Amino acid sequence: MGVFKTFVLGGIHPEENKLSSNAPIEIVPVPGQAIIPLGQNLGAPAKPVVKKGDKVKTGQLIAEAGGFISANIHSPVSGTVLKIDNVVDMTGFRRPGLVIKTDGDEWDENIDRSDELVTEINYTSQEIIEKIKQAGLVGMGGATFPTYVKLMPPPGKKAEYVIINGVECEPYLTGDHRLMLEKGPEIVVGAKILMKALKVDKAIIGIESNKQDAINLMTELTNKEEDITVIPLTVKYPQGGEKQLIKATVNREVPSGKLPIEVGCVVQNVGTAFAVYEAVQKNKPLFERVVTVTGKSVKKPSNFLARIGTPISKLVEIAEGMPEDTGKVIGGGPMMGKALPSLEVPVVKGSSGVLLMRDKESHRKPESACIRCSKCTIVCPMGLEPFLLARVSKLGRYDLAGNEKIMDCIECGSCQYTCPANIPLLDYLRLGKNKVGNIMRNRKK
Amino acid sequence: MTMFTIAGSPHIHGDNSTKKIMYGVVIAMIPAMLVSIYYFGFNAVRVLLLATVSSLFFEWVIQKYLIKGPLTITDGSALVTGVLLAFNVPTNLPGWMVVIGALVAIGMAKMSFGGLGKNVFNPALVARVFLLISFPVQMTSWPKPISITKSFVDVITGPTPLGFIKEGLGTGKTVSQLQAELPGYFDYLIGRMGGSMGEVSAAALILGGIYMLWHKIITWEIPVSILVTVFTFSGIMWLINPKMYVDPVFELLTGGLLLGAFFMATDMVTSPMTRGGQLLFGFGIGLITILIRIWGAFPEGVSFAILLMNAAVPLINRGFKPRRFGTNPGVVMNN
Amino acid sequence: MDNIIIIAIIALGGLGLISAVILYFIASKFKVFEDPKIDEVEEALPSANCGACSFPGCRSFAEATVKSAKENKNIEGLFCPVGGNDVMQKVGELLGLDVEVQDPMIAVIKCNGTFNNSPAKIKYEGASSCAFAHALFTGEGGCQYGCLGHGDCVDACDFDAIHMSPETGLPVVNDKCTACGACVEACPRDIIELRKKGPKYRRIFVSCVNKEKGGPAKKNCSVACIGCGKCEKVCNFDAITITSFLAYIDFKKCTLCRKCVEVCPTDAIWEVNFKPRKPKPLTPEGSVARKPAPVRKNDDLLVTATEEKPEIISKTEDNPNA
Repeated sequence: MGVFKTFVLGGIHPEENKLSSNAPIEIVPVPGQAIIPLGQNLGAPAKPVVKKGDKVKTGQLIAEAGGFISANIHSPVSGTVLKIDNVVDMTGFRRPGLVIKTDGDEWDENIDRSDELVTEINYTSQEIIEKIKQAGLVGMGGATFPTYVKLMPPPGKKAEYVIINGVECEPYLTGDHRLMLEKGPEIVVGAKILMKALKVDKAIIGIESNKQDAINLMTELTNKEEDITVIPLTVKYPQGGEKQLIKATVNREVPSGKLPIEVGCVVQNVGTAFAVYEAVQKNKPLFERVVTVTGKSVKKPSNFLARIGTPISKLVEIAEGMPEDTGKVIGGGPMMGKALPSLEVPVVKGSSGVLLMRDKESHRKPESACIRCSKCTIVCPMGLEPFLLARVSKLGRYDLAGNEKIMDCIECGSCQYTCPANIPLLDYLRLGKNKVGNIMRNRKK
Repeated sequence: MTMFTIAGSPHIHGDNSTKKIMYGVVIAMIPAMLVSIYYFGFNAVRVLLLATVSSLFFEWVIQKYLIKGPLTITDGSALVTGVLLAFNVPTNLPGWMVVIGALVAIGMAKMSFGGLGKNVFNPALVARVFLLISFPVQMTSWPKPISITKSFVDVITGPTPLGFIKEGLGTGKTVSQLQAELPGYFDYLIGRMGGSMGEVSAAALILGGIYMLWHKIITWEIPVSILVTVFTFSGIMWLINPKMYVDPVFELLTGGLLLGAFFMATDMVTSPMTRGGQLLFGFGIGLITILIRIWGAFPEGVSFAILLMNAAVPLINRGFKPRRFGTNPGVVMNN
Repeated sequence: MDNIIIIAIIALGGLGLISAVILYFIASKFKVFEDPKIDEVEEALPSANCGACSFPGCRSFAEATVKSAKENKNIEGLFCPVGGNDVMQKVGELLGLDVEVQDPMIAVIKCNGTFNNSPAKIKYEGASSCAFAHALFTGEGGCQYGCLGHGDCVDACDFDAIHMSPETGLPVVNDKCTACGACVEACPRDIIELRKKGPKYRRIFVSCVNKEKGGPAKKNCSVACIGCGKCEKVCNFDAITITSFLAYIDFKKCTLCRKCVEVCPTDAIWEVNFKPRKPKPLTPEGSVARKPAPVRKNDDLLVTATEEKPEIISKTEDNPNA
């Protein structure tokens, strides 16, 4: 193994556990009923444009963006709108949403359902951005930030690089890995579309060195493309974080409180690049995505292509059932994913995986006193002092927390992962971030 | 249906634990322990047992009856304090003094601040300095190391090499004259010199230090900065006047410097949190050690140096912050 | 020898004298005039420095009252909730003004999701903080509106007036409550409300904040308000309104007639510190009338209340929900 690029500050190396990396992406049957929460993206929730009882086709617009930072939602199934009411979302909260009763699978006429690879890009930058906006694309890595917003740099800023994030540094998850292996050519076209949209001439695909087959394939595919480089990276968490990836690939640091565009970079996940390809070349809006279902006791760790709104219990069923000893279900990876209250929650645009943890792995170890070992400070990829921030947050000294840059925290969880005293550092950091964020917003008003 | 657990991320935890760190330190101290048992025989075992058992006992009593909090006696921190205390006293110290030392270490230096993680000063060092000031005669009559076969002969006491030089310089002799009467560097390395129980063998301490570095229990900043500072400053003094000042290698190998640099100064609780702070901390310890050794009243200054720098740690922590991400933007944008 | 002593005395004494003179001049030059009334008012205040009056401390409240009295000839809008009417009367006397009497208030917990009423469906591990748990999940009982039970309100209280009950997992307010509002502010789910203490500590309120429809609300908690509207209909004083499936009783209009308590199908409406009622006779149809509403009381009031001792007739044993 050669020496690969990586980011400098901090980082950890948790057990990879990529159990499903050899499982091809399997298409999940259309669910009998799709539950679609309206708040699937970062920012404002979407507003429904259909009424109860309306007939909808797969891919038809059912809710439109509710603000600048928001995204359209399209029907993942064809059928009748059963109700527009509160539905259970990923966190277990009942929030506004739609329920659609499935009846066949009739797709919207405009969608090109053929497998033919369309490489020609016949659109202008403006048209691409408009298409991406209409298709309701959001960041598929999990942050669900509306994609089109990222493609419109604020005045005075210009992008230099498109960075395609194929890092997938979260343990267990393999969706991006599989997507690169199976949809490599489409991702490359997606990257080119993004480059055209942003009017940049350089693109980088960053892949961690534990996915050698994906690195080989992508390098081969981009051999002829002079402006797209594949950069293999050392395996280190949280390399998939935007700021860490920019540092690792082009050695620039995004200043505190600023967006990547500040250093001329736009980072998009490989899943997003694929969705961009489908949206622009095939007119297919975002209504299905790759979801990894995995866990040490899961009989068949798999990668699924599932419609939005499919209950997670259905995916688990296809992966041959929930293991008896399941103690915790996580939506996403084990480092940054959210624990789910039950399996009866729908797949949403940001669902990258479902991890069924065994009961014995799923409990926290008892907390003991901080021995000031400074390991949290060493592993923090943002150069913060988690022990200090957690303590001041616990004591309610939010002024101090703000001065110590608590808002820079990317919530990667490295500090808590590494803490020998098992202190829930990130819990307190999140609490502090929340409060400091509120204070700062109120001050601006 | 099973009841799922809800918790904030991350949902996995590394294999670090306080216990692992503490017992790692104990393992790292085993070579030095064996060397001292070899040289000082039964007396070393006696002091070791007394110090560790009484440290554990006092911790247990205080946690159970005074603090009435959770018992964390098994986390190994009291064990580390006990062994370090034993390492820091002469093996011929009366037993009751060792017990008093343990009481001071655990009761005064550690538990009165609130227990593990909250103490300002290294407990074993507080106890050592307490004993040194309270019982100066017993604390400075060092047994001459004899291998175990001869240890049943009456223990002969003598000064440490550093004390010998300091006294000798007072009488007007030169360093080279005095060093001729002392054993050579190789003897210091393997432990054939007078001194506290744990400090005699430089080789065993370095071995322990490498073990701790290997297992990432300590980081290189503190020991390296202490040793480099001591070497540099004593080297400068030696170059100025080799008749009055001993050479830097002698300073490194003798006394409690290696014990202090690897095991005492690196105590996580009482050392700074960031790399810059740790380097400054080590520099301060090295400097104060040399100042005390050369111009102070005592022949040895490592313990005072570490305690003084312990007191400065909160200030260092305030001044030295880690390098924040985003403070080095790399290529400057041209737009 | 004597010389040294004399010199020392002269030198040090002279130094002291010079310093004293300098200090005196500086002090008189930079003297700040303060209305002595401020000190008097501050003296009358409880010195809790709790901030309930929306001023950072008692001193600034005193300054504000004196200023307002001087400029506007009234102290409207300035009220010390901790000291209550007594203290405000005193302050009024000091400033020579009449002070409006305000109803004494108390913090009321509007959730009855006890371990029994809303059994745990998931297990939570992590920081014991309502604010954090609220951002993370719905709560162990599954109700996204109800009490999380980590006691942020208890931590916020400066007066030892609110405690977590280990039996129910809910906070309990005692009569040390000064209605400062710190707990209201601290609760991330807005469960706590400041309501009128009521005559003889009697009060009626809806002990639920669930804004869901009946079905989902009842699914998670057996005593949730389902928004059926029975109480709204039975109230003769327009005191009850229902918004998004949740009844709210306006304490300014409520006459404590207790009719709503009787009709509530889920026991979500509480009457506190009332005498128990007589059981009703059988209705003509032969069906049994609803059992009398449970007698609720504030246990702590019994112990500490001195003047207005509430009449408690039955003990807690008869009362499964209190």
